Amino acid sequence: MIYFDKVSKIHRDGTPALEDVTLSISPKEFVSIVGHSGAGKTTLIKMLLAEDRPTEGTVFFESADVHAFPKSKLHHYRRKIGTVFQDFRLIPNKTAYENIAFAMEAAGRPEDEIRSDVPHILDLVDLGGKGHHFPNQLSGGEQQRIAIGRAIINQPDLIVADEPTGNLDPVNTYEIMDILKKINELGTTVLITTHNKGVVDSIGRRVITMDRGRIVRDDMQGQYVL
Amino acid sequence: MWMMIKRMVATGAKNFVRSGAVSFATVLVMTVTLAIIGSLIFLSAILGNTLSALEDKVDVNVYFVTNAQERDIIAIKERLEDIPEVSAVTYTTREDRLAEFRTRHENDQLTLQALDELNDNPLGAALSVKAKDPSQYQGIVEFLEEDPSISPAGGPIIDSINYFQNKTVIDRLTSAINATERAGLVIVIIFALASTIIALATIRLAIYTARDEIAVMRLVGASNAYIRGPFIVAGVISGLLASILALLLFYPATWYAGTALQNWLGGFNLFSYYMSHFGMVFSILVGSGILLGALASWLAVRRYLKI
Repeated sequence: MIYFDKVSKIHRDGTPALEDVTLSISPKEFVSIVGHSGAGKTTLIKMLLAEDRPTEGTVFFESADVHAFPKSKLHHYRRKIGTVFQDFRLIPNKTAYENIAFAMEAAGRPEDEIRSDVPHILDLVDLGGKGHHFPNQLSGGEQQRIAIGRAIINQPDLIVADEPTGNLDPVNTYEIMDILKKINELGTTVLITTHNKGVVDSIGRRVITMDRGRIVRDDMQGQYVL
Repeated sequence: MWMMIKRMVATGAKNFVRSGAVSFATVLVMTVTLAIIGSLIFLSAILGNTLSALEDKVDVNVYFVTNAQERDIIAIKERLEDIPEVSAVTYTTREDRLAEFRTRHENDQLTLQALDELNDNPLGAALSVKAKDPSQYQGIVEFLEEDPSISPAGGPIIDSINYFQNKTVIDRLTSAINATERAGLVIVIIFALASTIIALATIRLAIYTARDEIAVMRLVGASNAYIRGPFIVAGVISGLLASILALLLFYPATWYAGTALQNWLGGFNLFSYYMSHFGMVFSILVGSGILLGALASWLAVRRYLKI
């Protein structure tokens, strides 16, 4: 489903962020990418989302080169991926409901579908009563659940979560991971980056360990080892 | 497609209302810009009106000798009226000129006594010639001087032409008005440009605060057009509100300026000008308001759509 072919990213000042990364992820996998800060986890995600271009190598998504999409077509590709970020990245002047609805509106889904799907998703992330709240009226855990709701609303093939629990306390961390596991059980590929040992160990699925821009370990039933 | 447009309009309106203070500031800045653009319209109207009022006062008087025959004068009048540059020729008889002279000097007994001492009316008949454009007086005077038919057998019947006395005044006035008009327009255009740039910068700043949101929208899979739409709608709303505010502002402003300046501007009333040209002022202000808002938003969002 995802294939990184000898991808390198060298910053303008000459420091390498990714070096010769080759990686393949199959459908329905739950993959954790672990490593210290600056190991290249976020850069890897940015390459996948076509937020940034690699210096060398190619990134394939379902056998299409993601960096070959013209800017005007890129959003069609991105609709296949649900994204969750450490800093939630909700739209501050939209309510919880509208933040989730926005992803559907942007995808051109009809009004009646939005009206029936969004409350359903809000219930799924356990925020049924808070749809009319703005992000700044919600706790970090609640904001992240909205972000997950937004990520899954268009039934993407892949969920990419960059440090989804980085700003959360242990209870919220547990809940968020629980939701992500459920999504994966329903058949969606999940790719997360984290440096939380507890999170990785609790999943017990594939773990890719990165260090200084390189993949140093890739275990199918991994633990956080560094 | 229609559904997406409806969504963009609804989102734009909602965003405009929700970012209250920023929207308010944008509308105010745009109001100032549009008010300056509106002043440009009024200034050019005032200048144009003053120019035509002054031009109207300029004429050339042809004075005839006292024994000139009326039919000769009428003949000259008709010939003058045939010249395309001439807008009007007025004939004043000897008697009328005398009466005019008497009224003008009614407080000057000495002059009137001297006039009474004379047996005959010393004044000749006159033709007052108005040209369509002040620059055409020269040609009209040349025509009068060169045409041989106006000097019939009994000697020349034209006593004098006062153009040469007025010439310098007329010339100076014309160039002064033209210079004022040009300078005034240049100044207001500079103001309009400056305030347009300020309005553009304000909208750009308002959208700058939304740059992270724009990045998020891109990552969530919104197309560029769908992201840009609501911002342009909000810009158009700002422009529309600003133009309506400016139009309302001109109502008391022109009323006050109209009454205060009416005498000074030779009877030209700004308020009645505003009322009679409301359609034109309305479309210029609303048009430039919408254009300014939409263009500024489009330019500002474009910078943040690179992700």
